[in-house]
Amino acid sequence: MKLLYFAWVRQKIGRSEEHFDPAPGITTVRELAEALKGRGAGYGEAFAELDRLRAAVNREHVSFDTAISQDDEVAFFPPVTGG
Amino acid sequence: MSPKIDIREADFDAGAEIEALKARADSAGAIATFTGYVRGGAGLKSMRLEHYPEMTQREIARHVCEAGRRWPLQGVTVIHRIGPLVPGERIVFVAVASAHRAAAFAACEFIMDYLKVRAPFWKQEERDDGPHWVEAKASDDDAAARWKNS
Repeated sequence: MKLLYFAWVRQKIGRSEEHFDPAPGITTVRELAEALKGRGAGYGEAFAELDRLRAAVNREHVSFDTAISQDDEVAFFPPVTGG
Repeated sequence: MSPKIDIREADFDAGAEIEALKARADSAGAIATFTGYVRGGAGLKSMRLEHYPEMTQREIARHVCEAGRRWPLQGVTVIHRIGPLVPGERIVFVAVASAHRAAAFAACEFIMDYLKVRAPFWKQEERDDGPHWVEAKASDDDAAARWKNS
């Protein structure tokens, strides 16, 4: 699974992308976020409050209840602020 | 109607973009445009925009297509700048060509409202007291939400 991070999520984690093999029990964006939260200090900060985050799977906005699979590209970021 | 969607660092010439859109939509009777600028004040020195390149283009295209289903459009141009910007610089441009002004005005506002809440851009401001990520505004969500029932 390819993970991408943007804005302050990227800054807290300290990288913009990485490869990650989620454990078999992880089937949704929310479960993935909870698993990532336990990976270290920066991750803990980035995923501390999931309601401050948004997610995209395969480049489409999704809810945290969306199912994910091994070949997906999953991105985590704050609410967008363009325009 | 094939829209022009351009995500770029460089500035743009709004007048030239209007003429280019008119050339693509030669029977249009109206072109409505919106130009957004980096707002000065509150100690803002500069800002930097980042985005999710593989997603930005298709997310904007999706909402331009939706505008095309709602109104009879003859052409659309969307330009959004990324990278470093200072107060007073142009940051975003939306131009919509249609036969008449009502559709052009409405579609221009629709595209801009959705761009604000769906296009994956993030602004980090450099202020007198250091860098700050811009927080999303609930009023922007409200502006986009009002199109859902129309």
